[in-house]
Amino acid sequence: MKALMLRALPWDGDNLFRRACLASAGLISVLMFAILVSLVTGAWPALEQFGLGFFVSDEWNPITEQYGAANALYGTLVSSLIAVLLALPVGVGVAIFLSELCPKWLSKPLSIAIELLAAVPSIIYGMWGLFVFAPWFADGFQLWAGENLADLPVIGSLFSGPPMGVGLLTSGIILAFMILPILTSLIKEALSTVPNVLREATYGIGATQFEVIAKVLLPAIKGPIFGALILALGRALGETMAITFVIGGAQSMEMSLFMPATSISATIAEQFNEATGELHVASLIGLGLVLFMITFVVMGTARVLLRRKAQ
Amino acid sequence: MNKLLKGVVLSCAVMGSGSVLADTVINGAGATFPYPVYAKWAEQYNKETGVKLNYQAIGSGGGIKQIIANTVDFGASDAPLDKAQLDKEGLVQFPAVMGSIVAVINVPGIKPGELKLSGTVLADIYLGKVKYWDDAAIAGLNPGVKLPHSPIYAVHRSDGSGTTYNFTDYLARVSSDWQGQVGVGKEVAWPKDAHQLGGKGNAGVANFVKRTKGAIGYVEFAYAKSSNLTYTQMQNKSGAFVAPTMAAFQAAAANADWANAPGFKLMLNDQPGATSWPMTAATFILMHKDQANVDTAKEVLKFFEWGYAKGDNLAAELEYVPMPDNVVKMVETMWHSDIKSSQGQAIYQ
Repeated sequence: MKALMLRALPWDGDNLFRRACLASAGLISVLMFAILVSLVTGAWPALEQFGLGFFVSDEWNPITEQYGAANALYGTLVSSLIAVLLALPVGVGVAIFLSELCPKWLSKPLSIAIELLAAVPSIIYGMWGLFVFAPWFADGFQLWAGENLADLPVIGSLFSGPPMGVGLLTSGIILAFMILPILTSLIKEALSTVPNVLREATYGIGATQFEVIAKVLLPAIKGPIFGALILALGRALGETMAITFVIGGAQSMEMSLFMPATSISATIAEQFNEATGELHVASLIGLGLVLFMITFVVMGTARVLLRRKAQ
Repeated sequence: MNKLLKGVVLSCAVMGSGSVLADTVINGAGATFPYPVYAKWAEQYNKETGVKLNYQAIGSGGGIKQIIANTVDFGASDAPLDKAQLDKEGLVQFPAVMGSIVAVINVPGIKPGELKLSGTVLADIYLGKVKYWDDAAIAGLNPGVKLPHSPIYAVHRSDGSGTTYNFTDYLARVSSDWQGQVGVGKEVAWPKDAHQLGGKGNAGVANFVKRTKGAIGYVEFAYAKSSNLTYTQMQNKSGAFVAPTMAAFQAAAANADWANAPGFKLMLNDQPGATSWPMTAATFILMHKDQANVDTAKEVLKFFEWGYAKGDNLAAELEYVPMPDNVVKMVETMWHSDIKSSQGQAIYQ
């Protein structure tokens, strides 16, 4: 009876639905392309003036109108990398705890608490980072690191520099908080896709819980972890407000992680309002283009990896 | 409950009267530095006349863009435009109110107003030539003051800012090295030889200075006062050391030669006079010469006329310096002669 009614519809529902989906997908592609085109046209005066040098020059001087993306690019990549390195072990640990070890009654509220981290507006992270975390970090860690780590060979130079509380490392830590929810929920999701028979079989041959996790579960979700990592990286790369507060706002490229730096999004956020010259505006849009391209590549890679593993 | 009901009735009444006066809203956008004083003026002016001012503090650059695009009734900028630029865009410009910049420091043991600095030493600090607080250049100006051998952190604005424009203009006036190596702008390439730290907005700079031992920064005086920061004395053009006071700011303003400034483009930094504060700056209003909407233009001019005449106390409360009467006269004469309706009639009588 029901099938009859469906067939009696005046239009072909399946076909219509397929077309609607196709149109939506097409619209997204068109939008992405349009964004790319408008970024390139907006940045064109700068690209024309500086050529490929725009991407490698570390000079950013609004007075002599010399612009290069290298400082901002460096700050963006380093702070995001720190964030990912810090958030990965924590994210994996939390995900394993939630899905394997945690009692059922605790798992739900804990998951919600972690996901709520994602709901905190980024400016709140920025203000917390600047007013609460940075002073504590300066006195609690940077002073100690300056005295004890700065003289070590190789890594010493990472921890030298004035204990100002803000800078690349602080930005990385704040970013780590911000990407933790996405990392945790994706890894937890991946863990839940591991068939239970696999766990049972391993326990059956006498493995401990640690062995199950380390030798079976983690290798099984290697791909998805990598994909999750890159999605989180994508989130970190584009973050603006929090970074603007805690990165220290200096156009410089230093070995020390304590030194103030800048990121692409922070430079755009701070300078766009007051940029009056054509070249200045074009260079800021050029920075936007750089960020768009990095994020596009990173996200694209993540999708491909996630899909390959899912199959 | 009764109170709530009253509130509702009152707000309905206010909204009602608002709709009656819907046509008397004037729109402005631009500099953030004078925002507190414009907001205060607008509030009082609205009480007296019912005219509402909608001012968006989007930054000087934004203010210039918006007035050129003609989306606002007036634009506001901390950095004045050249006469040539004004003529090209068909704009006029006039100073609305003045403010001042002070150097603030965080050196343990130094009290507000105790440390003396000169413009060249300040420039050398930001250039990275003077790196420690007990450097001979600073010690030479401060005999008897115990200075620690601690590194100097030079804090600057990381966002584009009229304050930075005025500060770098001052440094360029007193230091040829600054003029040659850095220059003047709302954003500049800060010398890498100094320990540089960028804070967002006046509040960001104030916060960094307050927290970092050995820091020096520049903020508008109102922020230094409200954040209880340690300000310094500065040596002025006449060689005298002055403390940042309203009298010192007014002395700088009084000594400025507005009459010979085409398009009112005048930087008030480094003015002569034994009592003048060296870092003082006016903030400017931009309007179109040719006004299609005469009524709104009239309201804008009336608002600033009121601000000049009655806004002095409100401005001083917020640590701004009112424009001197002779300058106000010049501005009003310019309004009469330069701002015209499309038919060529003067709008300001």
